[in-house]
Amino acid sequence: MTGILLLIPIALGLGLLGLFAFFWSLQSGQFDDLDGAGLRILIDEEEEGPLT
Amino acid sequence: MTTIAERPLPGDHLEALFSVPSMHCAGCISKIERGLAEIPGIDSARVNFSAKRVSISHQGGLTVPDLVEAIGRLGFEAQPVLDPAALGTGEESKALLKALAVAGFAAMNIMLLSVSVWSGAGGGTRDLFHWLSAMIALPAIAYSGQTFFRSAWMALRHGRTNMDVPISIGVILTSALSLFETIVHGPHAYFDGAVMLLFFLLGGRTLDSMMRDRAREGVASLLKHTAPGALVLGKDGRTSWVDAKDLARGMTMILATGERLAADGIIIKGESRFDLSLMTGESAPVLLGVDEMVHAGTLNVDAPLDVRITAVGADTAIADIARMMEEAGQSKSRYVRIADRAARLYAPAVHMLAALSFAGWMLAGAGWHESLLIAVAVLIITCPCALGLAVPAAQIVAAGALMKKGVLVKDGSALERLAEVDFALFDKTGTLTLGRPDPTNVDALDAVDAGIALALARASRHPLSQSLRRALEEKHTTAADVSTIRELAGFGVEGQWQGRTVSLGRPTDGEAIAAMAVELTGATVPVLLTFEDKLRPDAAAVIAQLKTAHIPSAIISGDRGAAVAPVARALGLTAQTGMRPEDKLEVIARHTAAGAKVLMVGDGLNDGPALAAGHASLAPASASDAGQNAADAVFLGDSLLPVVTCIRVARATQAIVRQNFILAIGYNAVAVPLAIAGLVTPLIAAAAMSGSSLIVVANALRLKGSAK
Repeated sequence: MTGILLLIPIALGLGLLGLFAFFWSLQSGQFDDLDGAGLRILIDEEEEGPLT
Repeated sequence: MTTIAERPLPGDHLEALFSVPSMHCAGCISKIERGLAEIPGIDSARVNFSAKRVSISHQGGLTVPDLVEAIGRLGFEAQPVLDPAALGTGEESKALLKALAVAGFAAMNIMLLSVSVWSGAGGGTRDLFHWLSAMIALPAIAYSGQTFFRSAWMALRHGRTNMDVPISIGVILTSALSLFETIVHGPHAYFDGAVMLLFFLLGGRTLDSMMRDRAREGVASLLKHTAPGALVLGKDGRTSWVDAKDLARGMTMILATGERLAADGIIIKGESRFDLSLMTGESAPVLLGVDEMVHAGTLNVDAPLDVRITAVGADTAIADIARMMEEAGQSKSRYVRIADRAARLYAPAVHMLAALSFAGWMLAGAGWHESLLIAVAVLIITCPCALGLAVPAAQIVAAGALMKKGVLVKDGSALERLAEVDFALFDKTGTLTLGRPDPTNVDALDAVDAGIALALARASRHPLSQSLRRALEEKHTTAADVSTIRELAGFGVEGQWQGRTVSLGRPTDGEAIAAMAVELTGATVPVLLTFEDKLRPDAAAVIAQLKTAHIPSAIISGDRGAAVAPVARALGLTAQTGMRPEDKLEVIARHTAAGAKVLMVGDGLNDGPALAAGHASLAPASASDAGQNAADAVFLGDSLLPVVTCIRVARATQAIVRQNFILAIGYNAVAVPLAIAGLVTPLIAAAAMSGSSLIVVANALRLKGSAK
């Protein structure tokens, strides 16, 4: 029983973490250009200056 | 009507949005982003590859045409995106996606707990799990169910009912009863069923919304015929670029060759021919001189002109047609989609059945608690889970298949209406024909003349020159060495070749023939090159295939009878000619009154109202903005075949939707008696619900190859 009391909050917490990660990525525009994101890894030159 | 895609950023910085359809690889992305960032005045550029757009943040000194040119120098053709608000920000899809994520999270975690209950957890453990489920389910339902609750409330307030009414009642009653069960330590709670129902339904809604976003983006990136602005002559004799929205009456626009007008006006200096095909459907350019009216959206073909603005924005002739379109489109907004038609029959039946089960069990002597439990089980089982997915799943698969074939369908209701059409009306210029002149007798040129013609044609932006250049380049002609080429306004181009004067320009005899021909004075005798607006490839096959599908066709054109006759003869169709936009509307109204469901295929601004009024409508991608906005679907490329493909896919989609309805109803026929008999446990409800949803989605996937 004590195992359950520990495991259930952990399971729910991990699920919530995933949910918030999804919300954050949706909000920060990571789903706006799915095709482009896949292609950008092929651009091999180093960017000058800080990444934005 | 048009606002340019610039919005001010803090300081003297602006952001502009451009559509660049020709980028296709990672190299293009870096070329555009780096190339633009190096230009002084541009702060940064960011490519959105999925939408094929570039957003440029720049300083105030740069104008929109400057930026288009800058992108052009990098080797890409760009169009400024007019009215970015029309793109939609995808907010609706985003909100639905969030709701879907929450419902998915809740469904998974509740199911985790439910499995333990189903496998026999009892007593305190079961109560604890039910309470945990309630704590997850209630907030999740309150958040994710909003779309349905709001829509159901709107429908009820107007005395109507839609698919969302039984969904909302089912979900709310189920949660309330499950909460009660939890409080009284009952054995069954249906939180898993309620949340899973929301998850599946939101899946359908999200797909539907994403499909609309994608089509809207596709169409918006094609809009190009409205001029973004004009070069205006100031009082001090200097010229400056003014955006379309800032133009005012009395300003003098300097209109270059090959430019579109941004406002209505009167010519005050010069004489030129205008391509009015978007306005009137007339294929041949019309000669206009001083004191004559010219309209926004028409194309200046020959020579530069000065035009004094008489009307801008909402006062232009274009805006009048837009208003006519809006009125004509109202009948379309009254169209009731198949899912809502089904709901009108389904919702009362379901609620009646649940009420009868409750009454029946009460009469049979069961307690009110048990009777209520059974009534709610009936509601959950009959909740239109599969029904809610049946339509959107089929439509999005079909729209995806069509998109691969170059057809952008605006929304699901367009597919439903396309499947019903039984009569087709075609515009001529730009719809049955390509809407651009193609040379008919290039073969009459010998090798020397062809070389001279290519050299001269390259130097001019005149549409006939451009088309001649294309035709000659296709035949791999090598350009001759022609020097000192100059453009003579209103005539053509002239140059020196081996010490002789050669020219490509307006024929010397007759204005009628001048419209669609050029004369080449080359090495030997002058050659007259004629042009014609060719039929689209497969036009005859399309008309024939429509006929076998029991859809008779006819032509309604704004062009003169003499110009329409050869097309009508070639296709074996009857034609009505010289039609104004209101005449076209009337023809459609007459056919509709006679019980026909009219498919309108057109491209011009003059077709806009007719496209809006037709039961369904299609436009080629070369169409005017108005045409594309009014049409239900837009097809890319020269061929007319997509018209037939669209109708075939739409009909196949309707067939699948009907099968899905039968599957969903068949499932109800099996499950409902069990529910009424009081045999449905939460486990059975969950299994039945997901099973039927999966079957419906699997059936919809069969449409994947339907556009082949």
